Amino acid sequence: MKRFGANTANDDVSLKVMPGEIHALLGENGAGKSTLVKILYGALQPNEGEILWKGQPVVIGSPAEARALGIGMVFQHFSLFEALTVAENIALALPKDADRRGLSATIARVSRDYGLPLDPTSRIADLSVGERQRVEIVRCLLQNPQLVIMDEPTSVLTPQEADQLFETLKRLASEGCAILYISHRLEEVRAICHHATIMRRAKVVAETDPTTETVGTLARLMVGNEVDAVTRTKGVPGAPRLTLAGLDMPALGAFGVPLRAIDLEVRAGEIVAIAGVAGNGQSELFDAVSGERTGRDGAVVIDGRPVGHQGVNERRRLGAAFVPEERLGHGAVPALKLSENVVLTRHGTGEGIASGGFTRFGLAGRIVEAVTKRFDVRKGPADPEARALSGGNLQKFVVGREVDRTPGVLVVAQPTWGVDAGAAAVIRQALIDLARSGSAVLVISQDLDEIFEIADRIAVISRGHLSVPKAAEAMTREEIGLLMAGGAEKR
Amino acid sequence: MHLELVKRPEVSRVMMVGSPVLAVGLTVIFAAIVFALQGKDPLAGVYYFFLEPLTSSWSIEQLIVKATPLVIIALGLAVCFLSNNWNIGAEGQLTVGAITGSMLPVLVPEFASPATLPLMVLMGALGGALFAAVPAILKTRFGTNEILTSLMLVYASGLFLDWLVRGPWRDPKGFNFPITIAFNDAAIPSTIPIGPLYLNLSAFVALVLVAVLAVTLGRTLKGFEIRVLGQSPRAGAFAGFSARRMTLFAFMVSGALAGIAGILTVASEIGKLQPVISPGYGFTAIIVAFLGRLNPVGILIAGLVIALSYLGGEAIQTTMQMSSKVATVVQGMLLFFVLACDTLILYRVRLVGRAPKEPARA
Repeated sequence: MKRFGANTANDDVSLKVMPGEIHALLGENGAGKSTLVKILYGALQPNEGEILWKGQPVVIGSPAEARALGIGMVFQHFSLFEALTVAENIALALPKDADRRGLSATIARVSRDYGLPLDPTSRIADLSVGERQRVEIVRCLLQNPQLVIMDEPTSVLTPQEADQLFETLKRLASEGCAILYISHRLEEVRAICHHATIMRRAKVVAETDPTTETVGTLARLMVGNEVDAVTRTKGVPGAPRLTLAGLDMPALGAFGVPLRAIDLEVRAGEIVAIAGVAGNGQSELFDAVSGERTGRDGAVVIDGRPVGHQGVNERRRLGAAFVPEERLGHGAVPALKLSENVVLTRHGTGEGIASGGFTRFGLAGRIVEAVTKRFDVRKGPADPEARALSGGNLQKFVVGREVDRTPGVLVVAQPTWGVDAGAAAVIRQALIDLARSGSAVLVISQDLDEIFEIADRIAVISRGHLSVPKAAEAMTREEIGLLMAGGAEKR
Repeated sequence: MHLELVKRPEVSRVMMVGSPVLAVGLTVIFAAIVFALQGKDPLAGVYYFFLEPLTSSWSIEQLIVKATPLVIIALGLAVCFLSNNWNIGAEGQLTVGAITGSMLPVLVPEFASPATLPLMVLMGALGGALFAAVPAILKTRFGTNEILTSLMLVYASGLFLDWLVRGPWRDPKGFNFPITIAFNDAAIPSTIPIGPLYLNLSAFVALVLVAVLAVTLGRTLKGFEIRVLGQSPRAGAFAGFSARRMTLFAFMVSGALAGIAGILTVASEIGKLQPVISPGYGFTAIIVAFLGRLNPVGILIAGLVIALSYLGGEAIQTTMQMSSKVATVVQGMLLFFVLACDTLILYRVRLVGRAPKEPARA
């Protein structure tokens, strides 16, 4: 049991992982999965209860103690030094007295044995996200763990890379290693896990064999009630409202991605989705479309007007609206109230929120109320600071703030990133409804399930190149995967 | 048993007001202890340090004279610090403002009209703003650290003033003293009687500026822009605000205000230029800005408190023969307690018993 302040994050949780088992830990955001995992990995101490390791009660005081016991963890966010090589990064993580001679050979052998090809001498900065994850996994395997905890490992992988990872996990399990597998993706849980523990509001609500469940029944266990299915009507696309023509943008910084001759048309009434693995130019594309970075005038056209070298507010005045991927610090200022965050993106739209140089926070407050009502934003006080909202509620607010304007063009990055199923359905429905009302909606997402749920046409971005968009019905996951892996560049 | 700081979910409005009061209370208590350790009567020390300066109209006038430049400069620094620009060179901008503002009475002494003083203030503001633009442009163009460049320019401006008053601007009839000619009457702000007090026009300028800054920061889009860019440059860019233009704006505003403080101080307190014109107002104003929480009304109060601590420091030196270092210690304690008590705005203190660290074993 673990309490945080007034909130109990894990309440009387029991979990048993057997050797050779791939055990799924499922739950919405905030259900208490990460807390449980941090306790197992020694980063947090439970207030009550005990941990039995191979039948013996243990106290895991720190991650180092966890590793000494044989518990390894692969984090969702990598902790690698980009300027160092694979072998150097792994050497850094070894215990002080470990023998580092022959490390490169060991890395090469372990990575080959488990189907995780890696060159120990390559620099991290030159590796793809999937390869970086392999480094993390190999680093974990070198400590001969008996339990490996994996936190959403496939969220950054292409479908093909994910398949390769599953082979590795199956191989590990067959050797008697236990795997605790945390994921939001119910399909893959069904495909590879032997057992699933489902958490909801800090408690374990179900234990089940996922292979006997459907995605629908698993989702219901996680959310606690039937998730509203998104209703999708067929739209009739009209005239193009957002056009990108030969959009080029040089890379910003050493690890940025340059955009290369991107062509795209988003028509009234349709949702176009851009799929792709993180770090392939999505944020650069968003900045170029929103006007945070400007370029050649004709490269971006909104409702027939070239706006390529106009700023973000000029584009907003033409009816465009933007929702960036990063909610706190980009889409909203954490320490400012919601009403002030309304002013943030709507002061320059000619709605009278800023008139004569003065800001009208009263008007902004009424917009907060309208958005709160329409999108069911849950908050304590009427006008709290943005950082006081949970991730899902803040996302509803940030999307709602723009949808509330009924923009003619909406560009949204990762609309439901880290948002629970209920909130995700609300947001996706709002995007569909907006498009059907005659707006052009461009969604940049890494979530293929989401893309197939809402998109009319799909394109894939890979290393700054965009594939030719195709109708969603004509696209398969395999095809998208190939495009993600570089196919988008050869066209 | 130990104390634990627990983060509050929201800032505490009570503590926003309570923390400075608590800080002043703690400063008084610890000042008394320091006085006692010096072998002096602690109650008399507290009286002379904190209360005596408020008992005569002359010392209250002195308090306001000292607080005025501190408040004016700190208002400008608040704009800088809120927008995440670190102008440490207000002392230099004050000096340059005093020089450019003095050009009229020193170089054209025969120009004496009601327009003289307003023109001097305007030129002082312009001089300070242009001088502050130097570190701003260096920062936006070349990425230099504005803390270093603005600080180094303080010494450049001080040496330039020294050269002026010893060289080209020296009063030919001044017996070789490094001073300029005395300003004409039109160049000196008048005093206005308010009850028993005779207050300098500068004090009213400061009050007006407090009101203007309070409205600007709280109610205008420009004020919003200042706060957004200071807290989150990325969100600021998303709002269509330019951090580079803000750097220039914030530096020039604070330079202009420091320049105004410079020329007003010279005109009302000294009446001429000399090698040293400020007891470090530009540096002390940094403390005032933070003590006032970068809030214009808070800065007004903080300016008065700091000015009081200066007068109180002089009082315990003259009446109780304590060292000037004791006054510095008390000022340091005041700053320390204010910053420490500010923690209570974001955190609350909880007394916890020894928590069972070991999990219960079944």
